[in-house]
Amino acid sequence: MSTSENETSRSRGKAPAGERIADWADGRLGIYSLAKANMRKIFPDHWSFMLGEVCMYSFIIIILTGVYLTLFFHPSMNEVEYHGSYVPLQGQLMSEAFSSTLHISFDVRGGLLIRQIHHWAALIFLAGMFVHMMRVFFTGAFRKPREINWLFGFLLFVLGMFTGFTGYSLPDDLLSGTGVRFMEGAILSVPIIGTYLSFFLFGGEFPGHDFVARFYSIHILLLPGIMLGLMVAHLILVFYHKHTQFAGPGKSEKNVVGMPLLPVYMAKAGGFFFLVFGVIAAIAAVAQINPIWAMGPYRPDQVSTGAQPDWYMGFAEGLIRFMPGWEINFWGHTLVLGVFIPLVLFPLVLAVIAVYPFIESWVTGDKREHHILDRPRNAPTRTAFGVAWVTIYMITLVGGGNDLWATHFHLSINAVTWFVRIFFFAGPVIAFILTKRICLGLQRRDHDKVLHGRETGIIKRLPHGEFIEVHEPLSQEQLHTLTAHHQYEPAEIGPTVDENGVERKVPASEKLRAKLSNAYYGEDSQIPKPTVEEYKEITSGHGHH
Amino acid sequence: MSSQDIPEENLPAEQDHAHGAVGIADEENPFADPGLPPHEHRIQDVDERAARRSERMVALLFTVSMLATIAFIVAYLVIPNDKSIFVFPIGHLSAMNFTLGITLGVALFCIGAGAVHWARTLMSDVEVADDRHPIEASPEVRAKVHADFREGAKESALGRRKLIRNTMFGALALVPLSGVMLLGGLGPAPGTKLRHTMWTKGKRLVNMNTNEPLRPEDVAVGSLTFAMPDGLEEHDEEFQTEIAKAALMIVRLQPDNIKDKRELDWSHQGIVAFSKICTHVGCPISLYEQQTHHVLCPCHQSTFDLSDGARVIFGPAGHALPQLRIGVDSEGYLQALGDFEEPVGPAFWERG
Repeated sequence: MSTSENETSRSRGKAPAGERIADWADGRLGIYSLAKANMRKIFPDHWSFMLGEVCMYSFIIIILTGVYLTLFFHPSMNEVEYHGSYVPLQGQLMSEAFSSTLHISFDVRGGLLIRQIHHWAALIFLAGMFVHMMRVFFTGAFRKPREINWLFGFLLFVLGMFTGFTGYSLPDDLLSGTGVRFMEGAILSVPIIGTYLSFFLFGGEFPGHDFVARFYSIHILLLPGIMLGLMVAHLILVFYHKHTQFAGPGKSEKNVVGMPLLPVYMAKAGGFFFLVFGVIAAIAAVAQINPIWAMGPYRPDQVSTGAQPDWYMGFAEGLIRFMPGWEINFWGHTLVLGVFIPLVLFPLVLAVIAVYPFIESWVTGDKREHHILDRPRNAPTRTAFGVAWVTIYMITLVGGGNDLWATHFHLSINAVTWFVRIFFFAGPVIAFILTKRICLGLQRRDHDKVLHGRETGIIKRLPHGEFIEVHEPLSQEQLHTLTAHHQYEPAEIGPTVDENGVERKVPASEKLRAKLSNAYYGEDSQIPKPTVEEYKEITSGHGHH
Repeated sequence: MSSQDIPEENLPAEQDHAHGAVGIADEENPFADPGLPPHEHRIQDVDERAARRSERMVALLFTVSMLATIAFIVAYLVIPNDKSIFVFPIGHLSAMNFTLGITLGVALFCIGAGAVHWARTLMSDVEVADDRHPIEASPEVRAKVHADFREGAKESALGRRKLIRNTMFGALALVPLSGVMLLGGLGPAPGTKLRHTMWTKGKRLVNMNTNEPLRPEDVAVGSLTFAMPDGLEEHDEEFQTEIAKAALMIVRLQPDNIKDKRELDWSHQGIVAFSKICTHVGCPISLYEQQTHHVLCPCHQSTFDLSDGARVIFGPAGHALPQLRIGVDSEGYLQALGDFEEPVGPAFWERG
């Protein structure tokens, strides 16, 4: 065999140790083929492409610190009397989960730091995923061939929320216990099976003796295991599809322009891990998070004011706060709409953004691959839809902190709640209209810039007394960048008679598609980009304007 | 590589004829792609002294990181656990947490900053273009895979031998049921547990703060008292579960101020006892406004009017707080005259 010959001839020479190890590994793992495709892989550069990296690195940090915490944490609800070094809670009854968290915070050297890094990294992980998701959305990076990777990312975000929730519930402190109680109340509202779900999750009545241990295995094994798999798949697809890039000179749908993984991105991305870790460690050094000793152990009959979940659960919290308390009683049963509707809205609002790529590709009917990113202004309807979605999210987040808004800004809590109730519906509509107008305005500006050049701010007086502002024509690079985007034609309903002249029944879905397509790409929804003819007419005619 | 055949319809640039032609700027199309701009040299590319400055900078950052790690080790070994220090402008912090966090943060950050500075100033910053290849397989590959699949499917005879197919699907559909059954061990069936609390006729009301049975004269006008059933101890195995249902809120109102007739009947000298557990999602209610007799749940701001049968006057709760009927026993202590007549806490399907 030629391969074995190769091997012997290779090993006979005095190759450096690294090379010999690589040869050894290649003979068993085939790493050279892998490296050939990836070692010098080109990655385009843009600041917004770092957002996903922030998520990946904070996830790694969470795993590292989380493993450390499991060495000291006791996931048990056995009641014990506290005799640790935190004096104010001496002698108090608490669960082992709570007392071991106190132990980590006060008696394990560096334990508090790792706990705080773990918690801060979780907040940053979720925030990073949210912003990364918005970057992908507003630049249209979710289009073919990346729809499945969009779904992977979306699942990571949703699972991240639940991993976070089960995680901060583990210490069994007064604040998180209140959150668990809220969850139990929400589960109870599910028609028909709610009470069973609750009893099966808690091993009986709330709070019982089981939920910390159960949440523990969900938090450290089940969910992170799935997430790790999804994240690896997410990354493999990023490599496989090759990264998207913004339009610009030399960049096309057929190429990817940037710098190679080895060495530039190895150093930049590898270094970025340390930057993220360093910043989170510094935050954990100076900014206290979740001081469970100040809240005390959980008691179902006690609560503190201003109880707030971690930020990413504020959205669910808001839904449940502003919903009116509707309850329907019939035939000995209760339909708890006041709680159940928010419980349904929670996944529904999230699902809307998850399925959006499929809706858009159906409307455009576009089956091509897209590797050049859109500027948000060039897809006004998509951008407006995204902003409307973010508006719903943010309004609901305000609702989740309605008590804090009331106390910090001296407002009536009832007024804040009513504001949220009204703007949950009105907010996205207003945001949609405003965003679309802004996008169209920006498109007009680009249009003018291409045809008339850049405003220089220099005022020139002509011999006959007229004042004009000097416009500087754009370079070809800029002209190309500003006109590189594709503009769709609104779809029309096909002929209503078939080739035999028989009237064809137009399916409702086709009508809907034509309507949506008009809303997306009709006259009011995009400014036609300047054509070569227009440009030539203007530039050849007057020279300046 | 670029010679590989790419189905044209997969490459959108082909669609946009006006700008698809990558290449040289021409008279015909002023918007054409002028191609990659020429590489602009950095100072480090042309001036070796600048490059050496960058090298020293990177080395300095890595050295700072090493020093910070040594500082971390020292801090870990010498700083006492309970020492606190004042850091302007944050305030008093645990010395250990602050020092470890900052040294670790600096050690990590400097590695990152060094690597990034190295990449930005000394590694080549020449932009390179790499070709993309369509994700879709070529028609030949596609045809081959389909044919292989059909061949394999045919050889399995799954389509022909319907009996095998149907029984296999049946078996595969049924086997997960075992897993579902095993989940049955997660919890007991709810039964009527949510309908009952520890309260029974004759059970005394014990002040949660003092752990003493309450007398009517202990309950002052305008104050909010929390009570639990006599016989419930913090050390009890089921204390948390019992208190989650039995916790009581006691206030004294002027009997004339009580608007609800049943509330008046179930009170004792204007003393009324309501469940402390919010009917929304079960938070304990803890804020009492004595002028209006309103109580507010701090979790989701449901507001109840205690002078009017604890009906909901604002917020997301769906129904009034259950009231406990109370009286006094022969020794003059407040006692329950039975359990709550309706389930306490959040509503559920079987509540009715």
